[in-house]
Amino acid sequence: MREVAIVGAGMTRFGELWNQSLRDMFVEAAAGALNDAGADRLDTIYVGCMSGGQFVGQEHLGPLMADHLGMNGVAAVHVESACASGGVALRQAFIDVASGMSDLVLAAGIEKMTDGADVTNVLATAADQELEVYHGVTFPGLYAMIARAHMQAYGTTEEDLAWVSVKNHRHGAMNEKAQFPGEVTLEQVMASSMVAEPLRLLHCSPVSDGAAAVLLCPLDQAGQYTDRPVKIVGSGLATSSLALAEREDPAFLDSVQLSAERAYKMAGVGPRDIQLAEVHDCFSIAEICCIEALGFVEKGKGGPAAKDGLTTIGGRIPVNTSGGLKSKGHPVGATGVAQTIEIFRQLRGEAGGRQVENARLGLAQNMGGSGASSVIHIFQGV
Amino acid sequence: MPSPRYTREIPSRYRLEAGRCKGCDKVAYPARRVCPSCRGKEIQMVNLTPKGKVVTSTVIHVPPDDFLMEAPYAMAIVETPEGARLMTQVVDCEPSTVLPGMDVSLEFRLIRKEGKGGILCYGHKAVPVF
Ligand SMILES: [Zn+2]
Repeated sequence: MREVAIVGAGMTRFGELWNQSLRDMFVEAAAGALNDAGADRLDTIYVGCMSGGQFVGQEHLGPLMADHLGMNGVAAVHVESACASGGVALRQAFIDVASGMSDLVLAAGIEKMTDGADVTNVLATAADQELEVYHGVTFPGLYAMIARAHMQAYGTTEEDLAWVSVKNHRHGAMNEKAQFPGEVTLEQVMASSMVAEPLRLLHCSPVSDGAAAVLLCPLDQAGQYTDRPVKIVGSGLATSSLALAEREDPAFLDSVQLSAERAYKMAGVGPRDIQLAEVHDCFSIAEICCIEALGFVEKGKGGPAAKDGLTTIGGRIPVNTSGGLKSKGHPVGATGVAQTIEIFRQLRGEAGGRQVENARLGLAQNMGGSGASSVIHIFQGV
Repeated sequence: MPSPRYTREIPSRYRLEAGRCKGCDKVAYPARRVCPSCRGKEIQMVNLTPKGKVVTSTVIHVPPDDFLMEAPYAMAIVETPEGARLMTQVVDCEPSTVLPGMDVSLEFRLIRKEGKGGILCYGHKAVPVF
């Protein structure tokens, strides 16, 4: 396998982007990545998107996006793994370059959620239709059940959950791309309206539009595009049952642990070596479960991490310096690539007010459904 | 939800039909062709005992459109004596009282309506046992 580097990145602001269509957002992000690297050609494009089909009635996204980028003829394909679609697009791009099949590959993530589709029902297609959705459960409902199981097993409190949101909004307040860059107080989170007990509105990531793209090439060609490439040193993808009821321990995300093991092994590092991470905080409880499954804290000890400052910028392992899905926004298919861009900026020392000092090794974890798929990448500054 | 699709699910939804693996005894609900525990392919049909214990739960306050009239309602993962787990609503009680460890019975109920001119969709819901 060849060593692979990211040499350019581009993304839209996240939010309700009523003036931009799915293709407009893709082009802004993709052209931004090409421009960033000074590249004017591509071998392959991977478009991560959860559900263009249901959100805007558009499938066949590979050729559509290639065409609008002025890259007609280029190999281009849509990849899907629900909310992990962006991370999986990155993994496909990584494999493509590492294998020697392509030299210059764009990994993009896109989603248009505010064009009027029934978002609750579209997102629910990532759960088990026959066994879960049929009975009236929603995504917040599934994560609420994970939260209650975690509270039951480990004594995690509603305040612990709320602190994750407070911390991520504090980080997101320094991110000009964030959908909700305002800070929130513990009291505001605890008093926000109930969505699915014990999860309240401010434990949930928002509905968003957005696109993000990164450009990959072999490390030994990176010098043509940038002085500061970022290496992808590990990649892991793992699955679990779609239905939450099938999991032996509903308070633990086994796909996250398994994908982490694979990524750590490939990178030859362990959780203690990671200096910052973007994790998939679609709901506050998800960040708590993820940092446990990633090995940043012991199983059952994730609850107080945000409150204790462990995962804050300046803490032992800063998590979601971008603001996470909670504050930055969660255009589902774009999220995995946007997480990658945050680590890319951090490892190049370009993260401004939210810069983690001397960051050399970072991790991004992106998951689909209630944890049925998880994809992890580990990045190293060069 | 088109009716042919509905028809296929009737054995598991109406009669709680599940599959017991002859190799490892794992009960999968609904029955599968391949055992999720040992990949065994010899599966014997069994009917779940219509009762169980709440593993974890929630109260849905913001429901999907089809369930608007019912919110807030309790949902739970229920484990039957066979060790099978299923997602179900918990009804005939104050939703906030549905917590892990609660004993429930599984009763045949109306789950949802297909919409204008469509069929009524049935299945099981849990009811607390006191
Ligand atoms: Zn078996």
